[in-house]
Amino acid sequence: MIVAEQKPLGEIKGLLGEARKVLIVGCGTCVTVCFAGGEREASVLGSLLRMSSRLDGAPTTVTDVTVQRQCEWEYLDAIRERVADADVVLSLGCGVGVQALAEHYPEPVVVPGLNTKFMGLPLEQGVWAERCAACGECMLGLTGGICPIARCSKQLLNGPCGGSSHGKCEINPEIDCAWQLIYDKLQAQGRLNLIMEIIPAKDWRTSRDGGPRTIVREDLKLPKPATAEA
Amino acid sequence: MSEPDGYKSGSNLERALRSGAFAVTAELGPPKNADAEVVRQKAALLTGWVDAANITDNQTAIVRMSSIGAGVLTLQAGLEPVMQMTCRDRNRLGMQSDLLGAYALGLRNILCLTGDHQTFGNHPQSKNVHDLDSVQLVQMVVGLRDERRFQCGEEIKGVHPQFFVGAAENPFGDPFEWRPLRLGKKARAGADFIQTQMIYNVPKFREFMRRVVDLGIHQQTYILAGVGPLKTPGAAKYMRDQVPGMDVPDEIVERMEAAGRGIEEKQARSAAWRAEGIRICIDLIHQMQEIEGVAGVHIMAIEWEEAVKTIVEGAGLPPRPRVVDLVTST
Amino acid sequence: MVTSDIRSQSPEQLGDLELNILAFCCHYCAYAAADLAGSLRLQYPPSVRVVKLPCAGKLDVLLVLGALEHGADGVMVAGCLEGDCHYQHGNLNAKRRVGYVQALLTEIGLEPERVRMFNMSSAMGQRWAEAVTAMDEQIRALGPSPLRRPADELQAEGR
Repeated sequence: MIVAEQKPLGEIKGLLGEARKVLIVGCGTCVTVCFAGGEREASVLGSLLRMSSRLDGAPTTVTDVTVQRQCEWEYLDAIRERVADADVVLSLGCGVGVQALAEHYPEPVVVPGLNTKFMGLPLEQGVWAERCAACGECMLGLTGGICPIARCSKQLLNGPCGGSSHGKCEINPEIDCAWQLIYDKLQAQGRLNLIMEIIPAKDWRTSRDGGPRTIVREDLKLPKPATAEA
Repeated sequence: MSEPDGYKSGSNLERALRSGAFAVTAELGPPKNADAEVVRQKAALLTGWVDAANITDNQTAIVRMSSIGAGVLTLQAGLEPVMQMTCRDRNRLGMQSDLLGAYALGLRNILCLTGDHQTFGNHPQSKNVHDLDSVQLVQMVVGLRDERRFQCGEEIKGVHPQFFVGAAENPFGDPFEWRPLRLGKKARAGADFIQTQMIYNVPKFREFMRRVVDLGIHQQTYILAGVGPLKTPGAAKYMRDQVPGMDVPDEIVERMEAAGRGIEEKQARSAAWRAEGIRICIDLIHQMQEIEGVAGVHIMAIEWEEAVKTIVEGAGLPPRPRVVDLVTST
Repeated sequence: MVTSDIRSQSPEQLGDLELNILAFCCHYCAYAAADLAGSLRLQYPPSVRVVKLPCAGKLDVLLVLGALEHGADGVMVAGCLEGDCHYQHGNLNAKRRVGYVQALLTEIGLEPERVRMFNMSSAMGQRWAEAVTAMDEQIRALGPSPLRRPADELQAEGR
């Protein structure tokens, strides 16, 4: 899932500027399960902003609404009136949600309330870790299900580097050395041969380095209704 | 430019290793500024005592004069450089472009490294390149030389770079059992020589080399064991406790401590420590000479290039054979 | 309804400022203790209004924020003694949330001391009285909440 966290309150207030009517838009999918931008978080933030603005001597009307998924036009359609009524829309969606809002409603000022961090999973409640870097060409079959692009600090394909120590990465002892994990896994499975071979240089075109990406599935696209003659 | 008669690059280091003599390399750290004179002074300290000197590449991710720039100055000063290139700062275009330029300027040896992560250095905010890893870099440089092709497969028309290609290995990094096998990968990628990280734990290194010899890797590539003189017991302890992948046995720390005991005067104590540090280094070199598969030593006297002469003399290694007139341009 | 017989403390001890403190009490311990305090005719300040929860763990951060936003001078959260929660660790969840709210209040510039958690067993009527007294003193020292709203404004909103 996409994992994000809320920006500091001070930064959010700065982004809202002189706005007198703020609409917070939460999202019911990824940011709900990482407790950053769901319905509850939107309500809490609304209350905090109302109280804060009153304490600052400039009371602001802050309301909130949460849509099931902020990145889909159909769900955004439903909040048209609410958006029209606001000076600034504070999106608690991930970076995709913020942009979808801004694209679907080009007139209002849309600002982000979250910092979108990574694609990852909850290791336990309250702890999320990065797992996928969306490189566009998944090689997990070669590395025992552990990704060296997302989990190796240097994105090595023939690791580890000389800094791997006691299974931890040289840059931070909290980070597991991905190549230690890969080695242990393949060793246990008797499949070390997979990394005995030199993995060649990666074609980064499929990742973000190749430019912003699009996927088109012709089999899924709906036929456009025939336009009437003018 | 003619073929370097049977040699891959014709460099001094290559010839020295091929001759079967116990080779000696050292490190020259470029300055954190644009002062060519600093490089010349350091080169002067090493000339005649080593077969070649490594010119580090933004070591510990701290910006310094480029390895190629300092390498050319070193060459002009009469000392053969081993340029270093990390994967941290350049993509494959920048790397190949630099390699063409370096060769055109007369550089002939290269050490391919992953590179310390930028969080260690003075520009932690920078973007992390790592387009290639060190194994793929070795493959690429070897490909430029042997297949005369760029990494993309395109043929190089005209003069193509023929480097003597090296890689690094940390024998004590984790996972320990995987290290000799990973070294094998570098040998298969075409690495002509290997320089290891500093070794203080000789028994453990012997164990590593035994496995390397079992795998026959010592016959595919020349292995130079890394050694370095300690300046203070504090430095020894720091390496033992704070540097990932370094193995410094307590006896070494104790030797350093003992050397300074009873000496009150600061300068005299410091001199005593340094003398012991050099003695330990010489001892290590003697032990390295006895280990099968070790073709030479790589002396890392960081910001203490003066010590190299003392160490090389003390170890009975000079004079360094002047094997070939250094090439200054193609 | 709390069957406590609330009597005011003498004016010279506490001043005549009327405080608005909300107390979220768990059914099994805190509410029972408050009830017992009433039966025992214990005296304590009248500034607290009790809201019963089945368990302190039912406390939502929004309940506390909502209370403060609407002008409560302070919010008490009272649950079972740690280790004795009727629902295992509802009181520990409440403790975490109270801590979280205190941090949020600090961020917006409202005194975190306006929110406080207490633990007691159902037999501790005296403890309830002490808790309310302590809370009243604490809030009195801080003064009325800067977020208090004039009565006519609240009336206009139908509150």
